[in-house]
Amino acid sequence: MSEISFHFDDKLYKGQQGEPMAAALLRSGLLSITNSTYHGRPRGVVALGVEEPNALVQLVSGTKESMLPTTVIELADGLAARSLTGIGALPELPDEARYDKTNRFVDTLVIGAGLAGLNAADEHLRAGREVLLIDDQPGPGGHLRHLGLGLPPALQNVLANENLMYLSRCTAIGLYDQNYVVAVERRSDHLGNSAPLTRSRIRVWHIRADQIVLAPGAFQRPLIFANNDRPGIMLSHAAATYVAKYGVQIFKHAVVATVDSQGYRDALRLHREGIQVQGIYDVRTEAKGPSVDAAMAAGIPIRFGTTVVDTISNEEGVLKGVILQDLNTNEIVQTTADLLAVSGGWTPIVDLATHIGIKPQWSEEHAAFVVKHSTAQLNTAGMLAGDFGGDDDPLVFFGPVLNAEQARHAYIDLQRDTTLYDLRRAVGAGLSSIEHIKRYTTIGTAHDQGKTSGMLTIGALCQLNGDAKEGKLSLSPADVGTLSFRPPYVPVPFAALAGRERGLLSDPIRITALHQWHVEAGAIFEDVGQWKRPWYFPKPGERMDDAVRRECIAAREGVAVMDASTLGKIDIQGPDAAVFLDRIYTNMFSSLPEGQCRYGVMCKADGIVFDDGVTTRLGKNHFFMTTTTGGAARVLAWLEEWLQTEWPDLKVYCTSVTEHISTIALVGPKSRQLIQELVTDIDLSKEEFPFMHSRMATIDGIPVRIARISFSGELAFEINAAWGHARYIWERLWALGRPYDLTAYGTETMHVLRAEKGYIIVGQDTDGTQTPHDLNMSWVVSKKKEFIGKRSFQLPYLKATGRAQLVGLLPENGEEVIPEGAYITVLNAKPDEQGKTSHTGFVTSSYYSPALGRAFALALVADGLNRMGELVEVPIEKKVLRATICDAVFIDKENVRRDS
Amino acid sequence: MEQPVLPTNTYFMLYIPCPHCGLRNETEFHYGAEAGVAYPDPNALTDSEWAKYLHIRANPKGWLAERWVHFAGCGRWFSLWRNTITHEIGPAYLPFTTQPKSPGETGKEDSRI
Repeated sequence: MSEISFHFDDKLYKGQQGEPMAAALLRSGLLSITNSTYHGRPRGVVALGVEEPNALVQLVSGTKESMLPTTVIELADGLAARSLTGIGALPELPDEARYDKTNRFVDTLVIGAGLAGLNAADEHLRAGREVLLIDDQPGPGGHLRHLGLGLPPALQNVLANENLMYLSRCTAIGLYDQNYVVAVERRSDHLGNSAPLTRSRIRVWHIRADQIVLAPGAFQRPLIFANNDRPGIMLSHAAATYVAKYGVQIFKHAVVATVDSQGYRDALRLHREGIQVQGIYDVRTEAKGPSVDAAMAAGIPIRFGTTVVDTISNEEGVLKGVILQDLNTNEIVQTTADLLAVSGGWTPIVDLATHIGIKPQWSEEHAAFVVKHSTAQLNTAGMLAGDFGGDDDPLVFFGPVLNAEQARHAYIDLQRDTTLYDLRRAVGAGLSSIEHIKRYTTIGTAHDQGKTSGMLTIGALCQLNGDAKEGKLSLSPADVGTLSFRPPYVPVPFAALAGRERGLLSDPIRITALHQWHVEAGAIFEDVGQWKRPWYFPKPGERMDDAVRRECIAAREGVAVMDASTLGKIDIQGPDAAVFLDRIYTNMFSSLPEGQCRYGVMCKADGIVFDDGVTTRLGKNHFFMTTTTGGAARVLAWLEEWLQTEWPDLKVYCTSVTEHISTIALVGPKSRQLIQELVTDIDLSKEEFPFMHSRMATIDGIPVRIARISFSGELAFEINAAWGHARYIWERLWALGRPYDLTAYGTETMHVLRAEKGYIIVGQDTDGTQTPHDLNMSWVVSKKKEFIGKRSFQLPYLKATGRAQLVGLLPENGEEVIPEGAYITVLNAKPDEQGKTSHTGFVTSSYYSPALGRAFALALVADGLNRMGELVEVPIEKKVLRATICDAVFIDKENVRRDS
Repeated sequence: MEQPVLPTNTYFMLYIPCPHCGLRNETEFHYGAEAGVAYPDPNALTDSEWAKYLHIRANPKGWLAERWVHFAGCGRWFSLWRNTITHEIGPAYLPFTTQPKSPGETGKEDSRI
């Protein structure tokens, strides 16, 4: 070990590399590390590890992690931290550290590298199994490490076994079904400035094991007494370890309050380091065993049947004296002490076992909940299994009887500042279930998740429900039961769980074959599902509104082009393809001639519109379906579900071809002129190639399929070509398009154009409750055939009046675009008795239309199709807009332009 | 309320046995609700019966035959028995094959901890 320096609250401290920060702070005399969250009381180090409720700090160095117990921070060069009161602050800059994850399949996973875990590992290695041993401490040995003892030689050999992998600083955070464990390994913080830059800071392990041995050990418990939170009051095992192992020499007079013989062993360790142990105050009426004998032999005064009831502090709130009470005579003794070491018994770490629903069993003998579990898959060992070793012989005791005033300062959860008084209030309010009390009092909900306070709560409840006068428990903890714990066992940074799946890697990005052209053209992109789609193409100096207006005018008056390749595309083939589509779509497809296209709507069985798109019949048994960009995967899944689970007799094969075929939409009154220059082998005239027809053709020898499909209401041609040919065709269009002032447009303009024609976007103009009839599309519902959803149209609630229906909306002020999602009310709507104004619909799509020269909108309005011309109100923020309900088709109602 | 008990001798739902691909991670599958609810002749049903077909499922506490699809694997639909309390997975079977008996009815004792 080497000496290093570190900063705490901007002050320089010295410490040994690798020791807990808490040890170095204590050694330097810093007892009060922080003030408590709610009561502002000074607090210091209480414990040895992750169970620490008080001494939490925020890192100032490195990742600036917001809340870490000083008891688990290993000192390293460059470390800096500051105290915090209850709540840490997230750093403003992103966490630049690396995080990764890995999977492991092993024969045996042993959790805990204390004596029990090492012995279990040994046993499984001897049986010829591969063992993964994980432990959250920097080294193996568990309890032995705290005692400053090395491993017995036999167990050192276990660690050297080639079939064993040992991970230190690796905490199992969750145990799940099928022996699946998630663990986090801290790999670089302890190296400080010397950590290699390439090393991941935390690695998340996903471990599947044939067998698991849980040997997590136990936490020591505090006791409930008045003013039990002062700096200088520690768990006895922690106090003895800081003094004996880490050389903390700031204490002179110690008092030990205990319910078991662990207190004697810790008293002896303190005594041997030269601390004046004023006495061991043992709540038991008698005690025997080697630990007791040894303390007696050392001359430490022992008083039975006595415990601590209160403490006294100096001006800084630090412990100065202890008030003790003989539980038989009620005699009060007061003694000077700067250290009160408390041993309230052991709490085995049941957390992981409870993650998969195992119920810990109360053991009076151990004064603890234990898990004795032994199956072919999962075994417990060590203290968790009730193997406490030694001669502890604990009494089930959680603290003396306290009056109301004492109870106000008798802390159960130090992090939440919840007291025995709060608990009594909860019980007084009628709560009896520990789960309810936890939520009412917030006990066990802080950073430490009740690692020390959970068992105290159970104990106090036993006392409250019992005969309080005698301090006897009438309820057993077995009756109260344990809290159920949930993963993670310790707080885990989100960055660790995210691993490398952050930023660009957080989700796949899908781009079209023309993406690079869009980038070079200065497109602003929007995310549509995983797709990057050009939103609009601003020219220098243009704002979004300007660009969209220019693009819209080009499409309506000249010629404009859009990359529509993200459309979902499904190739459907087979002798029963037409029959199948008749069942899937609300309208007929078997009657569609080859080489023609038809718009179709599909519903779920409940009659609600689910997706729409244009499907082209390429051959007798061959259809080409398009879906919404976002709906491609779910439509294909929907088709497969019916084919596989209901209609296996149909010979139909569906294949996703979304990424195989690029679609370029050439739109506008001049589109025919332009495409005629490019496509010379077919007749593109209105007469020979009418609307909703599809033709095979070539462009410079490249096979393409051209379709008269329009999502803008203008004359339009969709060019479908293999993905790899799209860029060439696109470039050719641009080379020929200059004289036409060819304009590229993005999704925003696409939306304006389609909304002007009242074309819906499923999911934007529908909210999952609309039938085709509600969308004024009764024409798309066939009366001649059966299809999915048809039966539901006869259900009364789908036929009822008052259903939300798709209509158009013209704002009174044509310059003001109504926000999408805004609620619509009737004219002069008045609040009801509850002060609420009911709405009559909401705005689904809203834009400024350059073609109309005004703002317009689509909306879902109750009974809207029967309310044409009605003036309605749209309250937004502080004002109320007015608008008139109208038909949803705003442009070219007769479809003259589309069909031209 | 009776506390759930966990069986130990069979699959739990973090692994699902796809009849075509074998044991795979649960994240590769999508759930498809109760199995064995055939699409009825819609026109043979009253409104009430049709609404029941649409919306009402058994949702039992315990063993349930469910439909699943191995969407990130072979893409095929199949059915399996699953215990909704313990997450235990029973036998899987293909559509239009005979449904195996519920593990709850086969006389097999629930394996408990």
